[in-house]
Amino acid sequence: MTALELDIRQIEQFLYREARLADEHRYDDWEALWTDDALYWVPAGSDDADPMTRMSVVHDNRNRIATRVKQFNTGRRHSQTPTSRLRRVVSNVEIIDDAGDDLTVEANFVLVESRERGKEIWAGRYTYRLRMVDGDLKMSYKKVALVDNARVLPTMSFLI
Amino acid sequence: MSPSYDELIRSDRVHGSLYTSPEIFADELARIWYSSWVYVGHVSEIANPGDYVRKNIGPQDVIMSRSADGEVHLLLNRCAHRGNLVCEADAGNSSSFRCPYHGWTYRNSGELLGYPFPEGYGGRGKLDLGLGRVPRMAVHQGFVFGSFAPDGISLAEHLGDAAGEIDRLVHLSPEGEIEISAGWLKHRARANWKLLAENETDGYHPQFVHASIFSVAESGIGALYSEKSEAVTRAFGHGHSENDLRPEFRRLGTPLGWFGTTEERMPDYVAAMRGAYGEAAQEILVEGAPHVMIFPNLFIAEIQMFTIQPLAHDLTVQHVTAVQLKGAPEMNRRMLQQCVGSVGPAGLLLADDTEMYERNQVGVAELRPEWLDVRRGAHREYVDERGLTVGGATDETAMRGFWSHYRDVMA
Repeated sequence: MTALELDIRQIEQFLYREARLADEHRYDDWEALWTDDALYWVPAGSDDADPMTRMSVVHDNRNRIATRVKQFNTGRRHSQTPTSRLRRVVSNVEIIDDAGDDLTVEANFVLVESRERGKEIWAGRYTYRLRMVDGDLKMSYKKVALVDNARVLPTMSFLI
Repeated sequence: MSPSYDELIRSDRVHGSLYTSPEIFADELARIWYSSWVYVGHVSEIANPGDYVRKNIGPQDVIMSRSADGEVHLLLNRCAHRGNLVCEADAGNSSSFRCPYHGWTYRNSGELLGYPFPEGYGGRGKLDLGLGRVPRMAVHQGFVFGSFAPDGISLAEHLGDAAGEIDRLVHLSPEGEIEISAGWLKHRARANWKLLAENETDGYHPQFVHASIFSVAESGIGALYSEKSEAVTRAFGHGHSENDLRPEFRRLGTPLGWFGTTEERMPDYVAAMRGAYGEAAQEILVEGAPHVMIFPNLFIAEIQMFTIQPLAHDLTVQHVTAVQLKGAPEMNRRMLQQCVGSVGPAGLLLADDTEMYERNQVGVAELRPEWLDVRRGAHREYVDERGLTVGGATDETAMRGFWSHYRDVMA
């Protein structure tokens, strides 16, 4: 079975699980959702600024995703020690393009973050590329287009 | 009435109110941000005639523009009619700015070009008005500085020996120029701007604040900031300071060792450097990029450039971008990706620095003890051949230099 044959409900279940693992700081379980050629990207300045020539908030290849997770797991990532309390809603899920090998899915999200510093509301649009690997659905790409990516942002070191 | 700054700033300690008092912040705007030289932008951000970019001097919204004759201008974003913003875009290219409120139009060099329904003013060309202007502007190696003080020391006097660190940075380009072309992250810190400025060349914190990333990335950076390190902290005067890591890089002795890479991996760059600088290239490639804080708002951390924008006594924005070297595409790709990993709201380094700034702002508001201690390493400082004060890699020599200058300009 390929990702292209999945029902929208199965795809949504994957997105909700990914969101829950990120919300609950289950770093290793979250990392296991990625394929080997992963790209985790949060653009800055605009939704489509070229990440090879322009600054991004996050532009992690598979290796840097692993480093990011290892850093959390040291317990000394101060900006996430203690962790932020997080809950996000993922909605407006659309299958955008099923022509390629990976299935492209987009969704809107709203995320509330609570820390001692105060409460932050994060929102934007996710773009995922999904692929079946040895019978499991995996993520090869996740882009997070924040609505305020051209503005001043507070620290956002949790998994968005 | 202003407090006595001589009382609040001692040689070995500074008073907590310096970080928490709105009155002191107002004094700082008047005596530092609206008086001294402040870094505004880089000429490469407005490379072509008509280019403009919105910058800042503290809370002031400054348009840096290049007019048709190639001149750079620092204009205030305020219509001379009723004070509306004349420029909404962050950057662009235009020969003029038109206020959307009543249609007044200004040349990109600031002169008033025209206003609608001119009969109301007795005809065209009757008003002696224009956009406000930062009274003084000066450029060093493409770095544009502005000062709201109509008179005062020159930029060269202000920079002093710190200018040499900007020179070292641009000499990492085979063409001798940097480019600021990667756009900016804007990272909020609910903290006083001085907590950021002091931290930039504090060699004591990295082993603790950044232990998490140093351990998992097997980084050699932590060792540069240890008691065993031969690196030094240097105060340049006028509040500028550096962590001079060259002694460690010289000890390593390999080109691009400072950047965690090798000559073999960057063959085109190294060839271009040797072509441009001949025998001098070896030293440039071994010694690497500076780590320098230029008072009050420009921080060059090797491959990244920060500017500090204070907005209130407890609110600061860090603007950060990757330095790009003209004529070095191979380096630039790697510098950008390394910078993106390190800095900004999710940066593997700067998210934790910023967490410290924000906790520090809360902590320093506690009533006891009233002081912050800045005496570390004072007993082992010395004066070098240039007459500059030097301390160990983890010493607070830079902070004492910062506060000494601060007291001079505030008192």
